[in-house]
Amino acid sequence: MSTTALPATGPERRLYWALTDCWTIVRRELTHLARQPSLIAWQLGFPIVSVLLFVYVFGSAMQVGGGADYRDYAMPGMFAMTMAFGFMNTAMAVAVDKDRGVIDRFRSMPMAPSAVVTGRGVSDVLHAALDLAVLAAIALVIGWRPTGGLPGAVAAFALLLLLRFALIWVGVWLGLKVKNQEAAGNLFAVAFPFGMVSSVFTPPSLMPDWLGTIAMWNPVSATAGAVRDLFGQPMASVGDSFVETHAHLMAVVWPLAITAAFLPLAVRRFQRLSR
Amino acid sequence: MTPVQPAPTTRHAIRAEGLRKRYGSGKTDKPALSGFDLAVPTGTVYGLLGPNGAGKTTAVRILATLLRADGGRAEVGGHDVATQPRQVRRQIGFAGQDAAVDEILSGRQNLEMFGRLFHLGPRAARHRARELLEQFRLTEAADKVVSGYSGGMRRRLDLAASLVLAPRVLFLDEPTTGLDPRARNEVWDAVRRLAADGTTVLLTTQYLDEADQLSDRIAVLSAPPGEGGRTIADDTPEGLKNLVGGDRVEVVVGGTEHLAAAREVVARVSGVTPESDAATLRISAPVTDRVEALTDVARTLRDRAVDVVDLAVRRPTLDDVFLRLTGGTAAPVPAPAAEPAATGNTAPEGAAA
Ligand SMILES: Nc1ncnc2c1ncn2[C@@H]1O[C@H](COP(=O)(O)OP(=O)(O)OP(=O)(O)O)[C@@H](O)[C@H]1O
Ligand SMILES: [Mg+2]
Repeated sequence: MSTTALPATGPERRLYWALTDCWTIVRRELTHLARQPSLIAWQLGFPIVSVLLFVYVFGSAMQVGGGADYRDYAMPGMFAMTMAFGFMNTAMAVAVDKDRGVIDRFRSMPMAPSAVVTGRGVSDVLHAALDLAVLAAIALVIGWRPTGGLPGAVAAFALLLLLRFALIWVGVWLGLKVKNQEAAGNLFAVAFPFGMVSSVFTPPSLMPDWLGTIAMWNPVSATAGAVRDLFGQPMASVGDSFVETHAHLMAVVWPLAITAAFLPLAVRRFQRLSR
Repeated sequence: MTPVQPAPTTRHAIRAEGLRKRYGSGKTDKPALSGFDLAVPTGTVYGLLGPNGAGKTTAVRILATLLRADGGRAEVGGHDVATQPRQVRRQIGFAGQDAAVDEILSGRQNLEMFGRLFHLGPRAARHRARELLEQFRLTEAADKVVSGYSGGMRRRLDLAASLVLAPRVLFLDEPTTGLDPRARNEVWDAVRRLAADGTTVLLTTQYLDEADQLSDRIAVLSAPPGEGGRTIADDTPEGLKNLVGGDRVEVVVGGTEHLAAAREVVARVSGVTPESDAATLRISAPVTDRVEALTDVARTLRDRAVDVVDLAVRRPTLDDVFLRLTGGTAAPVPAPAAEPAATGNTAPEGAAA
């Protein structure tokens, strides 16, 4: 019956509320997901359609080398590309909240300010895990069979989620930076080359030199390469450059580097809302 | 690190001194606030008036800890908004200019979420949500998704969200913009109820009758084309009205040929040279005794067979005050003496006469 706030004192109490508030925000985001299952379908539509196109329309013409089946090459690429595009979901959700004043409402309340960001992070990772489950199911239906064993598969999904986690901060930063939600929608123009100029559909070694170099260094390529290996697919047409022979390492280094660069940027943007 | 503060029993729930704010870093930008002062006694309703772009929203956002001022200082509930935002946030409710609610959740889910974020327990949050939904006539739509709400329903939900904790200080930025008369009255009632329970309310509004109806005192911000964002008046509604003078008798005649006679009559009764406007055929002059002046003017006009279309003694409205103080962006302040502009846009009063 009481409508008075509990006093928040001491560091434990602070931590308790930071976690509780984070969970409240996560529940909000999960409700959004449950309310809009079609949204997931739309978001996964692009990677699914493109991978089907590549596998069935161009697949027979695609030579990825090493005697590898193109389908086995493309599926892990589709996973990685979906993770890469994920930052747009984050940016869009943040831009909508900013536009509508929901972030302002949160900021005017005695809740833990960190929860706005941590809640976003947790729910986006959960969302990404759901995306991966749907994609993996579809991949299995069309005949993809990972052969790397369970630990390999678990490690592969962990690396995919790590990339998505790193890109959350890019998404938060962009979502706070763009003028409005329409501008957030235009981010696809950035996301598309980021996802596509990579080893997702074609080995960089088969691209023109300059493009191949960009694709090779693309963080998405590192994750895609490492994941391919962990799923037990033959390392088809892997170049001998450092980033390609050290895909596992780069699949960890890149996300950490992105997080190190963009987490502070995102936090600073958040603080700059009061300027 | 932050011990619980005893409820501060400050005389002023809100106090701002010389607030300054300039958006962006550009030196070309005009300051949004340039010396904003305010002192709102605890338990009163304060209206903040000013033309578009005067800095009302900016001021409210600084006081609600959402924006940092460049200079000056402000206290809300006895706590400095810049250095003790946490303590301030625990005491305030804030409803911004646009309804800030989650579009994808239902009304109930919104209020329960905000309740949880205000650190109510799950049961208390549910209970409070139910109370507020009822209070704002949203019970029927409670479980519908907000994106299907009308603008007014959204605004009411937004207001409900700012009242989850029965705040000690409530900031309302244009709370009734876009509401139908019934919804507006409900908001007004809610504000009055809160005020009766001791909540201090600072509200900005474009509707002068709203400020008049609700506010114990009113602050007026200067218009931006010149020096914007400064407090240029701060008084009770009555005090402000006295600022533009007392009652005026007004005569509107049926044709230009009657203007001279009517002027003469009004001049005799009021004892001063009346203002007259040939375009609108209107003559007016200040009077001291309303009833006597009205009967005098009416009798004399009839005796002299002046064709009178309208005759009234008019109290100045807040519109008059507002237009006078802010330099009248909507309509010019009454022109001194007869100086009809050919365009006829010198209507000397607001429509709310
Ligand atoms: N985020 C912003 N960035 C840059 N300038 C801004 C921003 N917000 C407001 N301004 C400027 O600051 C000034 C004051 O704006 P503010 O919104 O406080 O006025 P207001 O009195 O609330 O106006 P209205 O009646 O239209 O709501 C305006 O000149 C406006 O253009
Ligand atoms: Mg405003």
